[in-house]
Amino acid sequence: MAVKTLTIDGRPITAEEGATVLQAATEAGIKIPTLCHLEGVYDVGACRLCIVEITGTTKLLPACTTKVSEGMEVQTQTERLRNYRRMILELLFAERNHVCAVCVSNGHCELQTLAYSQGMEHIRYDYTFPKWNVDTTHRLFGMDHNRCVLCTRCVRACWHIEGAGTKNIAGRGATSKIITDLNQPWGDSDSCTECGKCVMACPTGALFQKGSTVGEMVHDRDKLEFIVTAREKKQWVAAD
Amino acid sequence: MSKRIIIDPVTRIEGHAKISIFLDDAGNVSDAEFHVVEFRGFEKFCEGRPYTEMPGITQRICGICPVSHTLASAKAGDALMAVNIPPAADKLRRLLNLGQIIQSHALSFFHLSAPDFLLGWDTAPAQRNVFGLIAANKELARAGIRLRQFGQEIIQVLGDKKIHPAWAVPGGVRSALSDEGRAKIRAWLPEAFATTKVAFELWKKTMETHQREIQIFGNFPSLFMGLVAADGTWEHHGGKLRFTDSSGSIIADRLDALNYLDFIGESVQGNSYLKSPYYKPLGFPAGIYRVGPLARLNICQQMGVPQADAELKKFKKLGHGAVTSSFLYHYARLIEILACIEYVERYMDDPELSSDYLRADAGINNLRAVGVSEAPRGTLFHDYTVDRNGLLQKVNLIVATGQNNLAMNQTVAQIARHYVRGNEIPEPMLNRVEHGIRCYDPCLSCSTHAVGQMPLRVQLIAPDGSVLNEAMRG
Ligand code: SF4
Ligand code: SF4
Ligand code: FES
Repeated sequence: MAVKTLTIDGRPITAEEGATVLQAATEAGIKIPTLCHLEGVYDVGACRLCIVEITGTTKLLPACTTKVSEGMEVQTQTERLRNYRRMILELLFAERNHVCAVCVSNGHCELQTLAYSQGMEHIRYDYTFPKWNVDTTHRLFGMDHNRCVLCTRCVRACWHIEGAGTKNIAGRGATSKIITDLNQPWGDSDSCTECGKCVMACPTGALFQKGSTVGEMVHDRDKLEFIVTAREKKQWVAAD
Repeated sequence: MSKRIIIDPVTRIEGHAKISIFLDDAGNVSDAEFHVVEFRGFEKFCEGRPYTEMPGITQRICGICPVSHTLASAKAGDALMAVNIPPAADKLRRLLNLGQIIQSHALSFFHLSAPDFLLGWDTAPAQRNVFGLIAANKELARAGIRLRQFGQEIIQVLGDKKIHPAWAVPGGVRSALSDEGRAKIRAWLPEAFATTKVAFELWKKTMETHQREIQIFGNFPSLFMGLVAADGTWEHHGGKLRFTDSSGSIIADRLDALNYLDFIGESVQGNSYLKSPYYKPLGFPAGIYRVGPLARLNICQQMGVPQADAELKKFKKLGHGAVTSSFLYHYARLIEILACIEYVERYMDDPELSSDYLRADAGINNLRAVGVSEAPRGTLFHDYTVDRNGLLQKVNLIVATGQNNLAMNQTVAQIARHYVRGNEIPEPMLNRVEHGIRCYDPCLSCSTHAVGQMPLRVQLIAPDGSVLNEAMRG
């Protein structure tokens, strides 16, 4: 396969043709913040936290869906990017109801970790306090829409890894909603295999094992990667 | 029309209090109202949430007794699932509650109340606090602070918020007592026993010099309610509810908290924010009852541990049947501290507290449940109604301070009656009214403020509503 050379944050890097900027950066040990990206499923560029600057374009591009090209110059850590990332995070918090102190994912949440790591100290926008419900109709799992960031990782895990196609997204913009089957209570779903892959995939406390109390929900994302690697490469290696 | 004096806090701290004293036409105190502002909106916040989150949510509604809320909430959760929790989990929750009672009572006795009866009522407020106590009796103040730390250490070892948020959960607890934690707690015991000894000696002297306070600080007949074991032993987490009257007779026993609406009525007093609970079969106001240390000691026959039992015998001699003076809440608190330390000592030799079988599991098997536990200040009820999926439809909490509200009113009125003359607002009355409220150790930020007094505003209002006199303090 052809190899491309590019620079990321001034460092010369080689990457396989067809690789994303995110893959190239990760390979080179350069960390770009991500939220909707999940190892094992395709990328959709939904959250825009992985935005980077590329010389020659004024647009900010998501590293997870932008392919490398020859001679590309990528910046991942400029002041402008940091400002936008913080803004995106603040908007995510303002958009739904996040009460970390009582959340099942407190301490193990990707959104929370991102907020800390990106230096989000407060939220400059008004909270919207939308009314969202909690769906605990499923025998094993619960879905709290108040904490959903609409990253669609659950949807992709459900379609791409499990192949059940239970989870979907309905609506538009901030009022979009993760649904099961034809927008029915999760417990009534015919297609759900109860595999729990969506729960493992979720970066926040939106999807959880029923019975979890504060800070108890640890999402085991490595398991998803393990399954995908096993299936595609016939390698049964535990992620480290 | 009669006149009223209003005592109002100047600073609006969460959980603040306000006192109205009613005068009759002759200028004598006829009645008093102690207003507690409830944390509102809390019940609404919970609606629609899974019941499993409640121990975590409720422990945040009150910065003063988070442990008590967590325990009552976890018990309500057990009952929604209709499970018996593993024996180790029950013991561990109890150990947590013992720690909570020790630390809370130590704060109440040493930091908040001892300055009053050691330094004297009429010492300047600037000295009548824990710093004044340190200046006057450094050893005692230090011992009190350390005793509180002991209780806090137990809480930290088991259920520290930072390490184990909502440690008590529906079905049990999240972790056992570690060997390290056991060693830590054990190391405190000799000092804790020694401190209680000093405190009892101090208290005996205080009783000799404070006969008047015993007589007028809330000394009146009332009912007493609390949890008690089947054999009449003191309880703080299990058992069933019992009511006794001021002659010490049991008037209702083995009551199930689930049916509390059958025996507890709630009257709304004048313009008070708080619903004042009373014992329904006797109606209002005959059904006034008190909860907390005084009540728990009145309703039980024995503490179940030797040293505290010896003290309980002396305590019971202070009443005819029941001990009716609220000033003796302090004594009851000390006896409970001693009992707690003795129970903690017992647990330190119990290997079951290291068990890893700690949590029962089940779905929703009851749509309504009531969790009840003895908070340091008294019986705490968490009443939850859920749907089939465990989402909360309705939440009702009955807290100790609310249940003692009517008794606090009577206490304030009784004290005021001795000190209010005409349109004057005498400073000695303020100090004593403040202490009268402290006897109940109400869970208000302003009353537990360790340094200094409750900020008060006193207004004397004429029958036509005009302000005759006003005094500010704090
Ligand atoms: S999902 Fe994450 S950010 Fe949202 S409340 Fe829970 S811990 Fe906080
Ligand atoms: S439920 Fe979780 S995984 Fe699914 S879209 Fe929401 S935040 Fe993402
Ligand atoms: S991780 Fe790239 S857009 Fe979300």
